Amino acid sequence: MAKTIGHVAGVNGNLVTVTFDGAISKNEVAFVKTGDTMLKGEVIRVNGSKASMQVYEMTNGIQVGDEVEFTGELMSVELGPGLLTQIYDGLQNPLPSLAEKCGFFLQRGVYLDPIPNKDWEFTPTAKVGDKLRPGDAFGTVPEGIFTHKIMIPFGFDDVEWTVTSIADKGKYNVRDNIATVKSPKGEEKKLTMVFSWPVKKAVNCYDERLRPDETLIMKIRIIDTFLPVAKGGTFCVPGPFGAGKTVLQHMESRNADVDIVIIAACGERAGEVVEVLKEFPELIDPKTGRSLIERTIIICNTSSMPVAAREASVYTAITMAEYYRQMGLNVLLLADSTSRWAQAMREMSGRLEEIPGEEAFPAYLESVIAAFYERAGKVRLHDGSIGSVTIGGTVSPAGGNFEEPVTQATLKVVGAFHGLSRERSDARKYPAIHPLDSWSKYKGIIDQKLVNNARNVLFKSNEINQMMKVVGEEGTSVEDYIEYQKGELLDAVYLQQNSFDLVDAAVPPERQKTEFDLLYKVLMAKFDIESKKEVRAFFNEMRQKFLDWNSVQISDERYAKYEKEINDLFKSKVKEG
Amino acid sequence: MNKVYTKIESIVGNVITVRAEGVKYNDLAMVGKSYANVIKLDGDLVSLQVFAGAQGVKTDDPVRFLGVPMRVSFSENLLGRVFDGSGKPRDNGPELDENMVEIGGPSVNPAKRIVPKNLIRTGIPMIDVFNTLVESQKLPIFSVSGEPYNELLARIAMQAEVDLIILGGMGLKYDDYLFFRDTLEQSGAMSRTIMFIHTASDPTVECTMIPDMSLAVGERFALEGKKVLVLLTDMTNFADALKETAITMEQVPSNRGYPGDLYSSLASRYEKAVDFEGAGSLTILAVTTMPGDDVTHPVPDNTGYITEGQYYLKNGHIEPFGSLSRLKQNVNKDTRNDHRALMDGLIKLYSAYRESLEKKSMGFMMTEWDEKLLKFGQLFESKLMDLSVNIPLEEALDLGWEILAECFEPNETGLRSELIAQRWPKKLEA
Ligand SMILES: Nc1ncnc2c1ncn2[C@@H]1O[C@H](COP(=O)(O)OP(=O)(O)OP(=O)(O)O)[C@@H](O)[C@H]1O
Ligand SMILES: [Mg+2]
Repeated sequence: MAKTIGHVAGVNGNLVTVTFDGAISKNEVAFVKTGDTMLKGEVIRVNGSKASMQVYEMTNGIQVGDEVEFTGELMSVELGPGLLTQIYDGLQNPLPSLAEKCGFFLQRGVYLDPIPNKDWEFTPTAKVGDKLRPGDAFGTVPEGIFTHKIMIPFGFDDVEWTVTSIADKGKYNVRDNIATVKSPKGEEKKLTMVFSWPVKKAVNCYDERLRPDETLIMKIRIIDTFLPVAKGGTFCVPGPFGAGKTVLQHMESRNADVDIVIIAACGERAGEVVEVLKEFPELIDPKTGRSLIERTIIICNTSSMPVAAREASVYTAITMAEYYRQMGLNVLLLADSTSRWAQAMREMSGRLEEIPGEEAFPAYLESVIAAFYERAGKVRLHDGSIGSVTIGGTVSPAGGNFEEPVTQATLKVVGAFHGLSRERSDARKYPAIHPLDSWSKYKGIIDQKLVNNARNVLFKSNEINQMMKVVGEEGTSVEDYIEYQKGELLDAVYLQQNSFDLVDAAVPPERQKTEFDLLYKVLMAKFDIESKKEVRAFFNEMRQKFLDWNSVQISDERYAKYEKEINDLFKSKVKEG
Repeated sequence: MNKVYTKIESIVGNVITVRAEGVKYNDLAMVGKSYANVIKLDGDLVSLQVFAGAQGVKTDDPVRFLGVPMRVSFSENLLGRVFDGSGKPRDNGPELDENMVEIGGPSVNPAKRIVPKNLIRTGIPMIDVFNTLVESQKLPIFSVSGEPYNELLARIAMQAEVDLIILGGMGLKYDDYLFFRDTLEQSGAMSRTIMFIHTASDPTVECTMIPDMSLAVGERFALEGKKVLVLLTDMTNFADALKETAITMEQVPSNRGYPGDLYSSLASRYEKAVDFEGAGSLTILAVTTMPGDDVTHPVPDNTGYITEGQYYLKNGHIEPFGSLSRLKQNVNKDTRNDHRALMDGLIKLYSAYRESLEKKSMGFMMTEWDEKLLKFGQLFESKLMDLSVNIPLEEALDLGWEILAECFEPNETGLRSELIAQRWPKKLEA
């Protein structure tokens, strides 16, 4: 089939209009030939003999009449062993290899093999005559700490393919032919360890979707205890600039109890990606004893990289997440920030002169966001094993106001909302998740009844605080003042967590439970204290001791000492009975 | 390809259109005596943005395409010189056209970046202690007209140990331009300074060129191993100039008339800040004035989402709230062991002080605790926040402890016992 050829008819930013002759399809990839570089883009609208293309590169230098080559293929990524530890741009270009080739600066029109060209130790798990469906494994290779399954490509017809030949155990290049399969209709296909998949299509080679009912431990107290996330669930982190979205996601990417973490840095600062890039190889994952980078993939399309590729970057990331889920693994995708992706859609929509919706976002914003989060999920695969993809996305609302289209569209579809507040971040109360406004539909590590009681303490304390602003401290009773102080204590020693402190940065669930139990006792108790001054002194001391306790390792001898001191202090003032 | 076209089809705002062939997107042209660049191609209809403005352009003025994009000369000869937004000299020096380099070039491959790690000392406690400035950081000063933001910018520039200062002025008042020039000359820094100046009375389109020119030159020097500091003032004027073009081009505005790509436009400039491994670095300090002192205004808001913090200059001092250096944690772990904890502790108490102050202003009785906070707040403001204070970081930390000890009992500070044991100043025996 001859490739369709077209010619540039107009350029407006990264929107290029092309006249063509022949057949093309929407979302197919095309290249603009300008000088001797080929610039990648995607067809986003077809109208008569004119196509509109969003070009993923800077369009400088393109002229009317430049040749355009349509590929007939949808925007896809390559899947296979070797993805882990990689850092890709939004189009799956491996950035370190690109740096080797081009130096300090990104060079447009250079596209390298995403999957490293190397040999892997292949072990067949199927034999000639076996019948397999797309997404079923026919062999494995060891990829770092994981057993990477080599699968029937997801894009094959969903029928039973019969294995007609398969390689023996041994070393093969990732692109060697290692098996052949045949469809019931007699169609024969050769398989390698690599195949591609169109990024905008959800992978659905599984038996059923399950309810996300298992807590995904983040080792962050306010999340695990009060606002939990579930494996296979979704959550969002909206917040004004500087409130701590990225720091929070970085904490999660280090501590989350999952097999694989995919970080999609979408339209944000390059420097933040570099931090991950340089730190992760040095950090040890306590669960596996191996470096964190071994479980990580980074997709980055930072803010100064071409805008159109931002959209591609989140889809590239989710597709890789689905790929690893297909191996029965738990994957966490962290996208920072989904607003930049929405803005990229807005830019394109504007250039296409579509009718703008609120704040000039396109009318389809909501359905696109919903469809993206819908790709999360916990699934039972054909072989009975369970895998999950969890998605956490930050949102950067204009002016920090959550009443804006992207935040609102996201809140409609996610299972947990971790809203960051400017007041809390200004007061350096990190993580600045607002404990009362935020919510989660998932199950946490502590009995929901106790959590609700603790939450009520916060509500009450907040109410009293509001009231004190009207009637003053002098107009507040000692009892109320105690309730107020309880809320403050809970906030200071439990909700807040210092992510730059060696010990406090990651609190395992067992420790959270121990601490919660002790704190809960204090929160529910009645105290025998006469004056507000004494109340304040008592709670100051209590806070001090809890903070000291938070900062020592469990193995440290002071751990038990501080715990006892807290108990003693508690007993000294608690009302008996 | 130097064909001259003499039939201008339309003139709207600062944008003209002409029918021409073989024109490349973003290329430069001469329209009469002014530069212009191609901002849209539609068949043979070419839209050009005229740098000097389209006022006075006649429909039969000659349009000549130069076949190259906008460039700027780069060499040691730029040092000490002053240029305008189209690269022409503003001083009496010669025009420079050697070694032309493209402006608005590609961004640095993230894989080639390194984690910034060098502190820049300014002698201003609100910066050094609380919002530490780091080499290769991009950081704006949020302020309103009337505040001494340009003075602050100049002061930091003078104090910072850099090899080269590039000043990009946008919509600069002529007096402010003279202020910068005189300050740099008096301190002997002019010979290591390059200025790209657009003043309030210059054509709007040239304003949009200033950041790209300044940063392109800065980037080159950084690649040659220089520590470069780029000062950009005022980025709100830059954003307004972009807005003007967007409206002329009938783009759908997204927020208060600003184009939807404001974020990307600002980001592609600020992201030029970089520390090159094995070479120099480029640090960006900018001024963003906030219309109506409103941080949620699209310009400061989008800026805040891009930069690595901001200094919020209000009532003549850097506000503890709303100011932030996101790179501080890269450097403040190696300054002194109490730096981080003390910084957080002081700010938390200062925040409590503000609450007490509010209660007081509403006429509530002040408790003993409120009184302590009030005392603390006043000391904090006069000894640490005042911009006239000029002391090294370590001295400022010591001062912080002294203020605490003067106002509080150790366990009221929220600081960890071990740190207190180590740092709490001994009270004089009564
Ligand atoms: N958990 C935390 N502990 C201590 N400091 C924090 C914490 N979270 C955030 N900060 C401080 O706040 C700064 C800003 O945080 P962060 O970069 O995560 O904000 P953000 O919400 O991602 O902002 P933006 O939307 O502009 O990207 C950090 O650089 C750090 O100084
Ligand atoms: Mg962020």
